[in-house]
Amino acid sequence: MSYIPISEKDKKEMLERIGVNSVEELFCCIPETIRFRGKLNLPGPLSEPEILEYFESRARKNSFDRYLSFLGGGAYDHFIPAVVDYLSSRGEFVSPYTPYQPEVSQGTLQVIFEFQTLICQLTGLDIANASLYDGATGAAEAILMAYRVKNKKRLLVASSLNPQYRQVIYTYTKNLGLEVVEIPYDEKGRLDLRGLESAFNAETSVLLCQSPNYFGVIEDLKNLADLAHRHETLLAVVISEPVSLGLLEAPGRLGADIVTGEAQSFGIPLSYGGPYLGFMACKKEFVRQLPGRIAGQTVDAEGRRGFVLTLSTREQHIRREKATSNICTNQAHCALRATIYLETLGRVGLKKLAWLNLQKAAYALNRFTSIPGVSRKFGGPVFNEFVLEFPVPWETLSQKLEEKGILGGIALGSDYPGLERCALITVTEKHSREKIDRYAEVLQEVLR
Amino acid sequence: MYPDNFYYSKDHEWLKLEGEVAVLGITDFAQKQLGDIIYVELPPVGKVLDAHQSLGTVESVKSVSDIYSPVSGEVIEVNSELAQTPDLINKDPHGQGWIAKLKIKDSSELQNLMKAADYEKYIEGLEH
Repeated sequence: MSYIPISEKDKKEMLERIGVNSVEELFCCIPETIRFRGKLNLPGPLSEPEILEYFESRARKNSFDRYLSFLGGGAYDHFIPAVVDYLSSRGEFVSPYTPYQPEVSQGTLQVIFEFQTLICQLTGLDIANASLYDGATGAAEAILMAYRVKNKKRLLVASSLNPQYRQVIYTYTKNLGLEVVEIPYDEKGRLDLRGLESAFNAETSVLLCQSPNYFGVIEDLKNLADLAHRHETLLAVVISEPVSLGLLEAPGRLGADIVTGEAQSFGIPLSYGGPYLGFMACKKEFVRQLPGRIAGQTVDAEGRRGFVLTLSTREQHIRREKATSNICTNQAHCALRATIYLETLGRVGLKKLAWLNLQKAAYALNRFTSIPGVSRKFGGPVFNEFVLEFPVPWETLSQKLEEKGILGGIALGSDYPGLERCALITVTEKHSREKIDRYAEVLQEVLR
Repeated sequence: MYPDNFYYSKDHEWLKLEGEVAVLGITDFAQKQLGDIIYVELPPVGKVLDAHQSLGTVESVKSVSDIYSPVSGEVIEVNSELAQTPDLINKDPHGQGWIAKLKIKDSSELQNLMKAADYEKYIEGLEH
């Protein structure tokens, strides 16, 4: 497809071909009385240097790179190898629009198939889709999928699921006559298994939880899966930090029926909160309820391997209001980046990366909790995020830290009453010992 | 082509009466229109249906069609062969490609359906 705008000559030729005198004539069915007259209130065009100056002046207002950040909670600052930008910027990938016709898009479809394969390997499940918008909508789609499979209106959601993901779940389930029940966490920061038992009833479709959860605590997925299945419900697991899968057992192998989450950690920059990358995978038996596009492998008329979008009858352009979802897209370019990222790291690299995260976070946790007044809030096992409790409200501390150039952590008080003196702190492979030590020193200083 | 002893609906379902039980399927005309059938969504046994209510769907690669029950009744059996070989509907739509069996609620509803000769005229009209 040519990206050069059409010339006056092209326009004239097209109009002649269809037997119309002017472009205006094509709008003749819109009554004169309601047609807009005059010019649209838009600024005029800018030259290339003016456009650059416009965006550069706005970009200069960003201060993120002037701070040392320990923020996470659903968006993670991992190192992105140069090869990801380089390959994903190729014209063949960046220029096409909705390239899914198998006749001309085998490269794109193959990448999607590889992405799906990687997600299946990481989650331990049979089928994955071509990606969703982000982790939040992934969680909402998983809830709705479980409801379609089991057809029971009661949906259990962990309160330790990312608060923004929960908000999106409420938005998606509003007005559908469904009952979303939040399950509390225990003093270890995990889903309370004993309390959970009584939350199930004959009208329950699913238990949905995040692991590691919003507090960074790793849930006991095997027992949760067994519990869910004993009550004839599904277990859906949300993963917002998939680097954890470099070390933790795949949720599918522990019994999860649906795994969804956020793959921003795999080669997607933080940006301004997006675009990010949702993913979803499920057991084979549920494939017809899986939302989103699915790429499949097949052979062409000459027996050569090829790729196509498949199982399209789940989707709304065919099944309309009975479709599995109204999503009719995926995050192809982000999925491409994630595929390049994962295939660059490989199995060994991802494991090493996970180890680095785990060890640095453990070092930081140790360092910070040896400061008088600072304590670890939850005893459950963690990966690269943890919650600390301080002797004063986090708001006051965080302001002082910011004045010293540190974004120390995410406030929890507004989402979790009782945790006003707590913060969620995230450590990745990008935090050198010096950086962690600097935070510890400043923290000690502002607490004096 | 269209068995004399069957009843037919405008939505291209056929019904064969076996005492109080109605065997249902879709007609040869329908299977030709759909093309290669790759999946059939069957109703659960025990489901109670009204006449014209959807009892399931038939899928080809690029389309999904509802199957409408020509009469009211209760599903007593479904053709489980269709799970592995949905193309039975293409190969033998009036025989091995049967979809469900219903216990009929009200036999007077059969009067609303066509017999073979009327159905053949009906589809001839559609093809023009």
